[in-house]
Amino acid sequence: MSLVSKFVHTELPPDAEALRQEVRTWLATELAGMPQVLRAQSWMGFDAEFSRRLGAKGWIGMALPRKYGGHEMGFFHRYVVVEELLAAGAPVCAHWIADRQSAQLVLRYGTEAQREKHLPPICRGESSWCIGMSEPDSGSDLASIKTQARRDGDGWVLNGRKLWTTNAHNCHYMIALVRTSDTGAERHKGMSQLIIDLSLPGIEIRPIRDLSGGEHFNEVTFDDVKLPADALIGAEGDGWEQVIAELAYERSGPERILSSVALLNTLIDAVGPSPTAAQAQAIGRLVGRISALRAMSIAVAGQLAAGESPVWEATCVKDLGVGLEQELPEIAQLVTDIEPRVGGGAAHAQVLAYITQMAPSFSLRGGTREILRGILARGLGLR
Amino acid sequence: MREMFESTIDRLLADHVDPALISRAESGEWPAELWAAVEETGLALATAAEEHGGVGADWGDAYVLVRAAGRHAAPIPLAETLLANWLLAQAGLEPLAGAATVADGRGLNMQRGAVTGRLAGVPWGASVRHTVTVTGGQSPQVAVLIDAGASATPGLNTAREPRDDLTFTHVIPEAMAPLPAHLPPDVVMLGGAMIRAGQIAGALERLLDLSVLYANDRVQFGKPIAKFQAVQHQIAVLSEHTASAIAAADAAFSAEGEGLSAFRIAAAKVVASEAAGAGAAIAHAVHGAIGFTYEHALHYSTRRLWSWRSEFGSQAYWSERLGREACAAGSAGTWPAIVSGGFSAHVR
Ligand SMILES: Cc1cc2nc3c(=O)[nH]c(=O)nc-3n(C[C@H](O)[C@H](O)[C@H](O)COP(=O)(O)OP(=O)(O)OC[C@H]3O[C@@H](n4cnc5c(N)ncnc54)[C@H](O)[C@@H]3O)c2cc1C
Repeated sequence: MSLVSKFVHTELPPDAEALRQEVRTWLATELAGMPQVLRAQSWMGFDAEFSRRLGAKGWIGMALPRKYGGHEMGFFHRYVVVEELLAAGAPVCAHWIADRQSAQLVLRYGTEAQREKHLPPICRGESSWCIGMSEPDSGSDLASIKTQARRDGDGWVLNGRKLWTTNAHNCHYMIALVRTSDTGAERHKGMSQLIIDLSLPGIEIRPIRDLSGGEHFNEVTFDDVKLPADALIGAEGDGWEQVIAELAYERSGPERILSSVALLNTLIDAVGPSPTAAQAQAIGRLVGRISALRAMSIAVAGQLAAGESPVWEATCVKDLGVGLEQELPEIAQLVTDIEPRVGGGAAHAQVLAYITQMAPSFSLRGGTREILRGILARGLGLR
Repeated sequence: MREMFESTIDRLLADHVDPALISRAESGEWPAELWAAVEETGLALATAAEEHGGVGADWGDAYVLVRAAGRHAAPIPLAETLLANWLLAQAGLEPLAGAATVADGRGLNMQRGAVTGRLAGVPWGASVRHTVTVTGGQSPQVAVLIDAGASATPGLNTAREPRDDLTFTHVIPEAMAPLPAHLPPDVVMLGGAMIRAGQIAGALERLLDLSVLYANDRVQFGKPIAKFQAVQHQIAVLSEHTASAIAAADAAFSAEGEGLSAFRIAAAKVVASEAAGAGAAIAHAVHGAIGFTYEHALHYSTRRLWSWRSEFGSQAYWSERLGREACAAGSAGTWPAIVSGGFSAHVR
């Protein structure tokens, strides 16, 4: 079967759908009065208390086994909850990475002790995680990383630097891709993933201001950090394969479609119930594309639920999704005459300013457009 | 049933449809042998009711037939016939023997059971015996019109597929029954847009296959052009458009419940129509001059895409329709509509 025909239509099952109204009702109260511009932060909005309350509802780690604090619900139950959180603009950042991929990683590759230690707090919404891949000299060329962990008795000693680590300053743990042996020319080998407790001595976390003045990503420096033996997750030397497997989770979720949904919302309301033909066409086109992307994303979720590893399909969803997210502020400019505002202004002006400034990052984080298209081309047999 | 449909139709069309056959169809010859082969499989009756000798398949299964027809650039009204027979089944009427077509008949005048007026751009209108239409104003009827009773002005789309204007003067339909309540009077527009979206998805699949093959084959600067990153990325984008059209059309065909999902069809036609234009442009760019010749088969697919995207409502038509509903529903109603596949329960 060709890769494109793997997008087979998948309906969310009724028992997963049954959750949706409950989530909406709960969020309506939780987020009452929350300004649109804060909702627009989407999965960048950090609120540890909110994550705890969400955890208490049982809506984090939903697909995980009960014995680790999870709820053994299907993959699709999680999908429903997550897309409703994003659509409402809930501040999910505190548990986002942990729920989306770290917990999956620990479940899949972790030892029993690691699972027992890490999964229950994640499910309670108390444990925040970040991803340490990029470094000063290693962006797209991830396999060139230099941060290194040396064996030291039972444990490890870590030296190096991670860059652009989203949310590291608020997190308890980082899952880092590091070099654990020098394999020379075979550079994809010799890498491993480590779980790093960010409270350990020798770790310095420096927030980096982004162009909008916000502080979300960080530089994290490791200076002779002593790590216990159980910092290693999965097999030594398998880090690259583990990272690749994670990407299907990272790239296909609803957050690759809904990062700028707040702007669609304010645009629709700014235009009002009597749009011009051009406004209606622009909005209708967006609505059509979002529903098509959602169908694709759910098809990928179906593949993940079936235990497949749809890396090509997830990459396809991400590249298309960020394209849409980035086009949204351009389209808003095209069909309304409203100036962006970072101070004062009405909801649409504020959200327009915020999303316009964030948009360039959408096709950088999680792999650049060029890298994604390279992956697609490889899958198609072009390279 | 999908798998069975898919393998049957794919084999049949691969055996019969080649550039020579498409060319003959373009010069006005009805591909009788191809149609006879389709009829022999019973697939022309796939969507007809079982009690009338049909298969009783739903659109979710019939999707692969429509997509394959698009993939192979089959110059026959297979998708139209499936829609015609489905509509007849919905109205409790018998399916038609032979190829048939459909037309939106809301502009026709119906008086004392006789139909007067013009149907514009009817696919294969003058080549097939019957047009199934929905007409009748306040009490809409599904009506079977005999095309011989009309005066026909021939027309051709960019793929030189017949798109004929049929004018009827006091013609009594061969069969007629009230449109069931779960179907809207514009059901032919909806069904037509859905089948075109499915055909577009298929034609894009063909473009993707051809482009990958050609890029690996054509050597310039001492290596296959597939090795140039700019070419790789263009084809990657083509694959994205193809995947979107496939998924959006599948969602429309697979909508649950009786009737058709106006929302999903609108979304599918918006997305597929855009993908059609963008995809055709990339495929031609990759193929260079050879792809611009009549000799090369690429244009059989691209010329279809350039018309299919506008037929039964262009991207402008469907996006405006969807956008007006979104604006009327406001932001509070739009996300729920995306999730449930409709702006309100009755529109579906
Ligand atoms: C908001 C934000 C949050 C982030 N969060 C995290 C995080 O939490 N954890 C983390 O590890 N990283 C994070 N990143 C880093 C992100 O993963 C990198 O930015 C990304 O991988 C690209 O690396 P780079 O910025 O060094 O750009 P470079 O790799 O230097 O790329 C610059 C340009 O060159 C192009 N390019 C590079 N190589 C090729 C090639 N082979 N072919 C064609 N073009 C090429 C790129 O596509 C890009 O256009 C984040 C980035 C942003 C912007």
